[in-house]
Amino acid sequence: MMLGRVEPKILEPLERSPGYWSTVWRRFRRDPVAMGALVVIVLLVLMALLAPYLAPHDPYKGMALRRLRPPGTDGYPLGTDELGRDMLSRLIHGARLSLVMGVTPVLLALVFGSVIGVSAGYFGGWLNTVLMRTIDVLFAFPSVLLAIALSGALGAGTFNALVSLTVVFIPPIARVAESVTTAVRTRDFVEAARASGAPALTIIRKHVLSNVLGPIFVYGMSLVAVSMILASGLSFLGLGVKPPEPEWGLMLNTLRTAMYTQPLLCALPGLMIFITSISFNLLTDGLRSAMDIKA
Amino acid sequence: MTETSNRPLLEVVGLEKLFPIKSGLLGRPGAVVRAVDGVSFELREGETLGIVGESGCGKSTTARLVMHLIEPTAGAIRLEGRVVGSPELPLRSYLAKVQMVFQDSYASLNPRMTVEDSIAFGPTVHGISKPDAVRRARALLDRVGLEPRRFAGRYPHELSGGQRQRINIARALALQPRILILDESVSALDKSVEAQVLNLLLDLKAEFGLSFIFISHDLEVVRFMSTRVLVMYLGRVAEIGPTEAIYAGSRHPYTSALMGSILSMDPDHPTSEAPISGDPPNPIDPPSGCRFHTRCTLAEPVCSATAPPLHVVGGGHAAACHAATPGSGHSRSPGRAA
Repeated sequence: MMLGRVEPKILEPLERSPGYWSTVWRRFRRDPVAMGALVVIVLLVLMALLAPYLAPHDPYKGMALRRLRPPGTDGYPLGTDELGRDMLSRLIHGARLSLVMGVTPVLLALVFGSVIGVSAGYFGGWLNTVLMRTIDVLFAFPSVLLAIALSGALGAGTFNALVSLTVVFIPPIARVAESVTTAVRTRDFVEAARASGAPALTIIRKHVLSNVLGPIFVYGMSLVAVSMILASGLSFLGLGVKPPEPEWGLMLNTLRTAMYTQPLLCALPGLMIFITSISFNLLTDGLRSAMDIKA
Repeated sequence: MTETSNRPLLEVVGLEKLFPIKSGLLGRPGAVVRAVDGVSFELREGETLGIVGESGCGKSTTARLVMHLIEPTAGAIRLEGRVVGSPELPLRSYLAKVQMVFQDSYASLNPRMTVEDSIAFGPTVHGISKPDAVRRARALLDRVGLEPRRFAGRYPHELSGGQRQRINIARALALQPRILILDESVSALDKSVEAQVLNLLLDLKAEFGLSFIFISHDLEVVRFMSTRVLVMYLGRVAEIGPTEAIYAGSRHPYTSALMGSILSMDPDHPTSEAPISGDPPNPIDPPSGCRFHTRCTLAEPVCSATAPPLHVVGGGHAAACHAATPGSGHSRSPGRAA
């Protein structure tokens, strides 16, 4: 064989360069705002995971005598809700469902949307036309309306809300996936891979995905905040999570009757939604600029 | 032209590629671009066939057609007499034997892959185990003049244009091809680096017994590299022949005009022929007859009426020009005896 002569020095240990993602991480770490957002998100996730240990009271157990206490009440640092349940405990427990409602639809939509978008972008032609025009039909509906319509049709409930939110997020993710894939597909390195006789799936796996998943994922992250707000909206309308589950959107809904007597109390779930969604948005911004490496 | 071998390594017969231009609401195909319009040539074992022509003449499309990166509208490609895509020569085994080096050294490497992974990708596709492919990649890196220990673990953006193009050459060689298509592969490099890479290519050609299809707009480089030269104009072969015959005794006015655009290095023999002016006509609506007649100094009525066939004017030398074809009706046409 022509390359049979393998000299010993060829097998010496390599000088390895840091990979793309470790470079991104190094750049990301230097961004204080994005790092702050990441810390907040990590804390929120920890709060959700450790909710039973952190919550001082049972989030489901109310006391009719202690309804709508303002924040700062003895033993109830954030007050109590309209059924006398501890606000702090409910907010801590609410992180669980709220984060699930924010992240799960986006993750599911990332899977389906990427499959649709990458196939449409890579194979092009009639497959692209069929897939993307179908996506466009879903795009024609405003996302809130689509989510409400689907949840309404499927019936209220956590699972149905997840399904309808997933459907809402598939079109934008598929469209982003399609556009980045189309851009990558025409690059010479994909041509070179095709010229080596590699089957389409191998090329997608080895050459396309490594270049498109990053941007798609970052875009998906920016949807987490939207998903949380939409999920809260569905709960608020009675289409998502059902009482007595603690969920921030639902809490906002049930507390609205106390708007004039305890405005601060009513604002607390909204504040949590705000903190979480802005953290996800700042994290996304930071990641996007960290990934924007000029070679 | 001396007869080196009877059977050509690669035969391209009547290659044609039409790009439809979509128009109208439903994307009905309207006009077509005749990017490559009936190109035929042969590549013999061990030779370098240079392909020259202006931008947009179909050089790169021809290369991509030979690589099967785009499907030809018509025409056939045969490797050692076997038709590509037929059961006796499936596309995948053909692609291992014919490889290509692209012009843009950066765009042709995956920015997320290390150098050795990029080179090893091809062999793994053809069933070679990853460790063996990596070993081959490092051996090739060493062969193209890049120390494996320093370069194998790098990413493309950390390297210079010349280094990247060496990696692209190594990647093309990793499949152990017989033919290498070099599509403007050195055009983007500095002159000094270009010379190094050209010499490397000549060394590799001798060492691995390669044949080259060398596409460039740089006529001097083509002259330096090529055994034979093919001149393309607007998707057709204008002239083909041994390098010296083309450069010294071209029979097609377009070739002469191209050669006239080379700046003379000899003050006693300054560039004499008037270089060609203007842009090539639009390939969507090419001129009738000979496609060059709109810019040709020798154009006569016959030129716009009929397309000249590729006529053999000497040993292995053929030109598609009425003025070189006996009995064509052109006033300069040689007599029947010619």
